Amino acid sequence: MIKAILIFNNHGKPRLIRFYQYFAEDMQQQIIRETFHLVSKRDDNVCNFLEGGSLIGGSDYKLIYRHYATLYFVFCVDSSESELGILDLIQVFVETLDKCFENVCELDLIFHMDKVHYILQEVVMGGMVLETNMNEIVAQVEVQNRMEKSEVSVQCQPVAELISG
Amino acid sequence: MSDVVEKTLTALPSLLSLDPQPGSAKLSSTSKLGNLIRGITELTSKHEEEKLIQHELASIKDQVSSPNTSMRQMKELMVRAIYCESLGYEASFTYIHAIKLAQQGTALEKRVGYLAVSLFLNESHELLLLLVNTVLKDLQSTNLIEVCMALTVVSQMFPKDMIPAILPLVEEKLNHPKEIIRRKAVLALYKFYLIAPNQVQHIHNKFRKALCDKDPGVMTASLHIYLQMIQENPEGYKDLTASFVTILKQVVGGKLPMDFNYHSVPAPWLQIQLLRILALLGKNDQSASAVMYEVLDESLRRAEMNHNITYAILYECVKCIYTIHPKSDLLEKAAKCIGNFVLSPKINLKYLGLKALTYVVQQDPRLALQHQMTIIECLDHSDLIIKRETLELLFRITNAQNVVVIVEKMLEFLRVNTDDYTTIDLVGKVAELAEKYPSDTMSTVFSVGGDMMQPDIPNSFLKLLSEGFDSVEEDRKLRLFAVDSYITLLQKEPGKLPQRFLQVISWVLGEYSHLKDELEPTVVLKLLAKLLDMKHTSSETKSWILMAMTKLCEGGAEVSVVREVSETYSSSMDTVLRQRAHELQYLSQDSELRAKVLLRDNGLRPLEVDSSLSFLDGFVSEALAAGAAPYKPPHQRQEELAQAKALSLEPYGLSLPMSMSSCSITDRQSPTLLSMSSGLSGDSAEISHKGGSTSLKLDGVKRVWGREGYLPQRAAVEEAAQVEVPCTLRSPSQQGDADSSHSQTPTSTPTPTEPDPEKQQLASLFFGLSSQSSVCLMGKPEPTPHRFRRKAKGVTDPTSSSLISTPSNVEKLLCNNLLDSNIASELAVSSAKQITELPQGLKTASSDIKQNNPSLIVDNGIVAAADEDPDRPKDLCLISHLPAELSELCHSEITPLCTIQSILCAVNSCQYRGDGIFPVAWGGPSGSSVLIQTPFNHLHQVTHVSAELKKSTQCLSFAHSDVTFPCRPLTVSTEEYGTMWLSFSHDTKQNLTLIGDGQEALTATLNVLKQKLQLHVVEIIGQEGILSCRLLQDQPCLMHCRVHAGTLAVWLRSPVPDLPDCLIYHCQRALQEY
Repeated sequence: MIKAILIFNNHGKPRLIRFYQYFAEDMQQQIIRETFHLVSKRDDNVCNFLEGGSLIGGSDYKLIYRHYATLYFVFCVDSSESELGILDLIQVFVETLDKCFENVCELDLIFHMDKVHYILQEVVMGGMVLETNMNEIVAQVEVQNRMEKSEVSVQCQPVAELISG
Repeated sequence: MSDVVEKTLTALPSLLSLDPQPGSAKLSSTSKLGNLIRGITELTSKHEEEKLIQHELASIKDQVSSPNTSMRQMKELMVRAIYCESLGYEASFTYIHAIKLAQQGTALEKRVGYLAVSLFLNESHELLLLLVNTVLKDLQSTNLIEVCMALTVVSQMFPKDMIPAILPLVEEKLNHPKEIIRRKAVLALYKFYLIAPNQVQHIHNKFRKALCDKDPGVMTASLHIYLQMIQENPEGYKDLTASFVTILKQVVGGKLPMDFNYHSVPAPWLQIQLLRILALLGKNDQSASAVMYEVLDESLRRAEMNHNITYAILYECVKCIYTIHPKSDLLEKAAKCIGNFVLSPKINLKYLGLKALTYVVQQDPRLALQHQMTIIECLDHSDLIIKRETLELLFRITNAQNVVVIVEKMLEFLRVNTDDYTTIDLVGKVAELAEKYPSDTMSTVFSVGGDMMQPDIPNSFLKLLSEGFDSVEEDRKLRLFAVDSYITLLQKEPGKLPQRFLQVISWVLGEYSHLKDELEPTVVLKLLAKLLDMKHTSSETKSWILMAMTKLCEGGAEVSVVREVSETYSSSMDTVLRQRAHELQYLSQDSELRAKVLLRDNGLRPLEVDSSLSFLDGFVSEALAAGAAPYKPPHQRQEELAQAKALSLEPYGLSLPMSMSSCSITDRQSPTLLSMSSGLSGDSAEISHKGGSTSLKLDGVKRVWGREGYLPQRAAVEEAAQVEVPCTLRSPSQQGDADSSHSQTPTSTPTPTEPDPEKQQLASLFFGLSSQSSVCLMGKPEPTPHRFRRKAKGVTDPTSSSLISTPSNVEKLLCNNLLDSNIASELAVSSAKQITELPQGLKTASSDIKQNNPSLIVDNGIVAAADEDPDRPKDLCLISHLPAELSELCHSEITPLCTIQSILCAVNSCQYRGDGIFPVAWGGPSGSSVLIQTPFNHLHQVTHVSAELKKSTQCLSFAHSDVTFPCRPLTVSTEEYGTMWLSFSHDTKQNLTLIGDGQEALTATLNVLKQKLQLHVVEIIGQEGILSCRLLQDQPCLMHCRVHAGTLAVWLRSPVPDLPDCLIYHCQRALQEY
């Protein structure tokens, strides 16, 4: 199972935090800090796996991460997940983001945090991998976006009236 | 008035800022969130950020609570709140509004609401109950997206107790025409299975339906469930092996639609999942494995090395091949694959290759030999993770020949490592090796590991040192060596040594420095005194040092040093130190007393502990005769005080166990010390007399469970009081290992000082691998080389028998059970003889025989005699009675239970077979033995084999139905129960059938449980009842039951992980049998 998904930038500023196991708020922040500390001091030419952080819990847990330009994508998983499988899942997730935002960059993640969450929800649900097929994920997200548009067009009307009135 | 205006003013800009681009999908940088983010990025200090966010939160708070805020604005506010929370600032006031938004908003607003809820709240948050209705409504919605959202939030978190409310709706979704809904429903059910397995038991066949779903996506989702369930119980799903193989075959063969391809590999994640399932199913099962060989071969062949994801498949494939029943040509191919991994220039693959090697090396050590060159290279890799993994691999292949080099490598790594977790882990491993292959590395371990290591490491080292080895001469040498090297260390720079190491040093010097004749005690004393004066020395260490000094001072020249020290510390603020100082003072003056208290060279004298403290009886009766008040245990005193509304004296009560345990640190078995501790606790003989049944007399007091504030504290005192008895009694036998007689041969394997040339190192690393590869030199259950073998030890009584913890939890429970031997009704038969043929770790297995017919035992005067004189010739004749099918197997000592005329009943505490150890009981007229064996590996049968003697039939009958659950009643009051209930973490709930009906059903059912399982009924209140029992002194289990809809809803809690589950099983059985 995936225990947590953390995205933060090169300075350790959290950009997306999603825990699938409950931790108290201050514990969450501590985990983010420790994870950043562990991940940031690693070179780019070392392996993408880290083992046994003391915070999320013991030797059964691994951090699997990828570093893209200014962002770190870190998945914290237990032993029931395949290391390389997760590594490619991160890739799928990032490619999906790229498709949805057209050339995704850190700013997209900041300003559309909610949307990133919605996309993530289609990839990982409650800590389980739901979908690994990028086209399928994008299709699901687009269904939701369409709903958004139709709803907005309905709502536009009264607001416009309000202003003019 | 003014604040209304203010609110409107603050609300206005947010309206305006939204209006120019109504509902635009993109929150542009001009929105409020945009402003906030920009504001934050411009800030320079954490402090400023905090101020800004607090300000922001205040304005959000204002707006959410204003009735004028529309749902749409609320949505925007919620996103801002999420942002603030993700930065680590709490916005708890928005939680309720998030729920409201999910409840009342349109689909779009709902989405934000649900997202916020799932980010803010957790499974046990009370507000979540408010969401249940919304989820219910949305699950029934016709809007697919709403259904999806509801399923998502349900799988993220849902209150455990409310699952039944929505379960039917989620189940229904398994038949939904849309595949995405079916898929999400499967995962939601999986989540339910994880958090409350017994609630989804009835839908297992629906899982099967999901597995056969026409859509591969749904099938993939259902594999999550199967992986979990098969992990828990592989036997239950063997019938599905063929189906999984077929699925994998189809996937590998490219039968899935092209959509499922990822980098032209067909559904790789699905393959990984399937391979894992197959590995679980094929483990130790030849027939199941045979079905898989073909498809595994196919997978290996198809997975060409072209993309990351194919390596993932290959890796799982290799692991699977090595897990299932071996097939030589597959193994060969897998080995080649591992080779490719290890040799790969890609670092991730190298890592996985090493991991695979570590996994495989236990079965096939030659593989490590093949790749020795690469392994050596990896040891010097720049990536610490790779290095660590290599050390892990080396740890697995350590043997007597290469241990020195490997330990040196590990220590080298420890010196550069900064990660605490790794250090702790690795220090443990080094210590383990050092214990197996004694050498002088421990000094380095202590100085490098520092104070971070597990506390049991120094303890076990001291134990090793004191118990010694087979030869007295070598013992002497090792101890001398330790004394020598520690003296040198202290003369250098003791300030830098970690506290734990200082404690070890002072103990060793106190105990063994007399072995070195030319060493003046004064010198040692002065060195120790110097340690006392150092600033960094903790008070715990100081008390170790003072104890060492007490052992050392023999009168004469050293008196002056001692006097000075004892004077300084006899006025110390620390009571323990003061105690030690006084001991030192008196013992140094009175050499006669000292000789009595601190016996030297008592190494081989077996420990005798008077557990009832009977030597104090005279003193007690004298005191009573002189008019002293009878002793009351602390908790009773506490209780009386509390009732009298007097001042609480808790601090005194609490300090008792502390000072006692520190008393028992003095490892000499001095009656004086023991009596000191017992003096502190008063007449503990009385406590031990009452045994486990010591309890509060609270029968008349009725209170709702554990609501009072002072309850927990009081319970703590009570617990301490309960614990302290065994603590005093046992600690000498645990700590005073100086007297027990485990032994080992010391080998002064010197750490090579000169740097080894590469080749030599290489050779030494893998030495012994090729020649001895056949047996378990590599494996975990490594038989220790003969010269380190511990001496077999005559078992004197159940409490002191060396019950070494065996790997499985179950066995531990069983062993511990024996320790708890003050239950008179039991005839405890224990034998813990080492069987030389058995791996050492498994050497203990004991069974506790409970006689159902005690009077019979007494009549015949049956005692488990074998323990008292192990050399009795009768053993031999017992062996001849051993049933034929067992006689050829290795077995432990045979313990006769009783003989009635020509019938012999004996228990053979362990019988070793290829696949495990069983306690075996057998009996009958010679030759025609009836036999019963209980496998240890099943918790439900942990248990005492109870043998029933049926005199009338003149034969012994043993049957599995006689196996009873070894629990005992635990007498507690309702209040104690309440406190205990809250503090226990492991629980299970289940419904049981009621016996009888009407008003009396509950009482009747509980009485059955009381009779069959010896549960203690604490209280019955209306339709609810509470019961308690315990497995051991400190392994209680509490039961709460309620009559509900014709069944008995039972809720069990215990601090012991598996106990509730085990007990519920036995309750079920007991009721069924009735």
